[in-house]
Amino acid sequence: MSTIVETHDDHGHHGPAKGLTRWLFTTNHKDIGTLYLWFSFLMLFVGGAMAMVIRAELFEPGLQIVQPEFFNQMTTNHGLVMVFGVIMPAFVGLANWMIPMQIGSPDMALPRLNNLSFWLLPMAFTMLVSTLFMDAGGPNFGWTFYAPLSTTYAPDTVTLFIFSVHVLGVSSILGSINIITTILNMRAPGMTLMKMPLFVWSWLITAYLLIAVMPVLAGTVTMMLMDIHFGTSFFNAAGGGDPVLFQHIFWFFGHPEVYIMILPAFGIVSHVIETFSRKPIFGYSSMVYAMTSIAILSFVVWAHHMFTTGMPLAGELFFMYSTMLIAIPTGVKVFNWVATMFKGSISFETPMLFAIAFVALFTIGGFSGLMLAIAPADFQYHDTYFVVAHFHYVLVPGSLFGVIAGVYYWIPKWTGNMYDETLGKLHFWLSFISVNLTFFPMHFVGLAGMPRRYPDYALQFADFNAMVSVGAFIFGFTQLLLLFIVIKAIRTGKKASHEVWEDTKDWGLEWTLESPPPYHTFTVQPEVK
Amino acid sequence: MKSISRITGKFFFTLPFLVPTTVFSEASAYNMPVGVTEVSKEIFDLHMLIMWICLWIGVVVFGIMFWSMWKYRKSSGAKPAKFDDHYWLEIGWTIAATVILIGMAIPSTSVMIKAYDDSKGDINIMVTGYQWKWQYKYLEDGVSFFSSLSTSQEQIDNAIPKGEFYLSEVDEPLVIPINKRIRFLITGNDVIHSWWVPDFAVKQDAVPGFINTAWTNVPKPGIYRGSCTELCGLKHAFMPIVVRAVEQEEYEAWVIEKIAMAEAEKLLTEKVWTKAELIERGQGVYLKNCVACHQTNGQGLPPVFPSLDGSQIVMNNKARNIEILMEGVQGTAMQAFSNQLSEVDMASVITYTRQSWSNGKNGDGEIVVPKDIVDYKNTVNL
Repeated sequence: MSTIVETHDDHGHHGPAKGLTRWLFTTNHKDIGTLYLWFSFLMLFVGGAMAMVIRAELFEPGLQIVQPEFFNQMTTNHGLVMVFGVIMPAFVGLANWMIPMQIGSPDMALPRLNNLSFWLLPMAFTMLVSTLFMDAGGPNFGWTFYAPLSTTYAPDTVTLFIFSVHVLGVSSILGSINIITTILNMRAPGMTLMKMPLFVWSWLITAYLLIAVMPVLAGTVTMMLMDIHFGTSFFNAAGGGDPVLFQHIFWFFGHPEVYIMILPAFGIVSHVIETFSRKPIFGYSSMVYAMTSIAILSFVVWAHHMFTTGMPLAGELFFMYSTMLIAIPTGVKVFNWVATMFKGSISFETPMLFAIAFVALFTIGGFSGLMLAIAPADFQYHDTYFVVAHFHYVLVPGSLFGVIAGVYYWIPKWTGNMYDETLGKLHFWLSFISVNLTFFPMHFVGLAGMPRRYPDYALQFADFNAMVSVGAFIFGFTQLLLLFIVIKAIRTGKKASHEVWEDTKDWGLEWTLESPPPYHTFTVQPEVK
Repeated sequence: MKSISRITGKFFFTLPFLVPTTVFSEASAYNMPVGVTEVSKEIFDLHMLIMWICLWIGVVVFGIMFWSMWKYRKSSGAKPAKFDDHYWLEIGWTIAATVILIGMAIPSTSVMIKAYDDSKGDINIMVTGYQWKWQYKYLEDGVSFFSSLSTSQEQIDNAIPKGEFYLSEVDEPLVIPINKRIRFLITGNDVIHSWWVPDFAVKQDAVPGFINTAWTNVPKPGIYRGSCTELCGLKHAFMPIVVRAVEQEEYEAWVIEKIAMAEAEKLLTEKVWTKAELIERGQGVYLKNCVACHQTNGQGLPPVFPSLDGSQIVMNNKARNIEILMEGVQGTAMQAFSNQLSEVDMASVITYTRQSWSNGKNGDGEIVVPKDIVDYKNTVNL
């Protein structure tokens, strides 16, 4: 057998291993991407089930289904699972699949590291979710785990929570190193930084954010660990510490974290909108600068989560102004998306529907974000359902719709099969209506005065809470339809062409590959003009 | 396909107009409360201003977007243009966004400066958050008391119909005079709580070990209700705030009455108590302070909140029983109650637990009298 034959015969010699070991030991970016995406999908149902418990309890006033103890565990774990188990892994999964395909490289730069960073995730979440079945109960101090509720007053399982956060952090940092290395070293000849697809740009920025803030999170939980087990007093005033210090450190991680959860969606939506508007993205370079500015600003706005903790006036004003500034680059992005659609030739396939809903509903979340930035008004909004409405608008019809748009957009490329367009549209409309039914009324209950993280509430909030619960159930069950659509596409979908959508050759290197693409993506690097 | 997109277009186009007119009329039950203080009114106006600006930006941006979706839909044969940037347009909208934001920042700054004033009040009240109740201490008048939820557990458990002020009623509201500058000095005893009364636009975190300030000046007598807004554990939703604002004379009379009651309470320590009297009083104290964790039936919620029914300490170890109540148990949710309960209440609640459920017939049956608590305090102080 000659070497020439070997290099040309990808399928015979370089195909995936058989059986379980393919997934355990894989170093292939597509396999790992698939693992990330399925893991995230599974966790979506785990976190979603917790949301269903919360909404069932809140359907009417009084305690019916669960006791406050378990309710607090549900809100905490719902947040942790959705943030660290759904949105972040989904984006990493998309990055794994798409970055090598979009930059014209054969695989990720560090394939073994890639395997490790995925397999750490199931470990961490097994540890976290198992606490729910222990005597002391799972974490019950909110996903923001403010000390001293999460230290002196925490259940014993907090130690397992701390370790699982450590492991998640390691996974994210390894993943980010891999992504940055891949993007900076493995681009096809001719692809300068300012020719990179926006999804790649969004991930380059996101990966830097992750590397910057994940160690801060690890530091925070380590300080908690020390306070709990080794007699330090970082967050204990009785020993000279400060509980508010916890919040400063947490939000120094936490605010960049919320942009980590939205920037890749910006990238995906930009691709979807240009494809289905049949017109190149408007203001490519301002899109890149906007994402970069958002990332840089995210380091100087953290205390807008803490307006009521007793900051000095200068602090309140500084964080109000810096937060308001973020509206400028974010506004620029929205204007650019709209300008891309303007004078295009727009069709409304499922990914485009999700992308349009993303632009509209994310913008609503942006508006409420701007309102929350206004420090004096925040004294009324803070820690009410208005905040819950705000961050769910940016995370569900924002980040999650971004992920779903990406899945519909690229699944024909991944599997070689089209999804069912009729079912896809049905999935969109059910999701769109129910997501608004769920989260829009939350603005009003929040303004009317219902605090967040309440298992029971005063009677004047009953009507809207019932409405929210109904919306949440519809939204939750609608996502089973997505599972069905994905499985149907994989098993029996119509064959998709290389280009999948109309004239996609202009929109990225991934569309020059076969559908499904070869196991090793670009064995010969393409030339970018 | 065509008809669907037509309906969609109309739906999207009308959506932003429907929302503001139906729900956001001022002073609606589903909007931010206007409140009664000068600051709360200014914050409300600021909120409405920012919201209307956002809504109109939304109408313009979404208007252009949905119009483009309609006008340039492929199904009508639209051909895509080729442009992908426009220098002056991009500069223009960046400047426009900046100008709008400056326009928002100016009134926001002035309201913020006004709301932020920690100078001394006519009346200064120390507000301390406990798991799960509030303590109010009037620094000048010497009045001090706890305020906890008065909604019954039966209402919460849906055993009986819920009252009008379900979960927003307390046994003893904070009483303040109108037209006086009231300064709140807010702190926490255990975890972080947050003291919020929407009608005053006062929300301030109660951080253990630190004192935050907030102030208000209420012009109108009335009952104002609020909530704890920082997750503080199990009963976070069950520690509401009720403030009764009254005329100055009524306030003064209330202070005199409270001081007299405190004197009477002190005299009770001297009184000789019978077992039945202690149990009766203890039951009230138990329902107010202990029931959240240890439950009405005394069986708690193990393993976090242990059962008192059948506990060896409660049945047979009076000394340790007193010690736990006075000092709390380190590393658990059991707090020290020595500064929360009077000697009489402390003695009666211990007696109550020692005589109730199965403890009365299985334990040593000893009662605790106020003198035991006084003696304990004296021993500890030696």
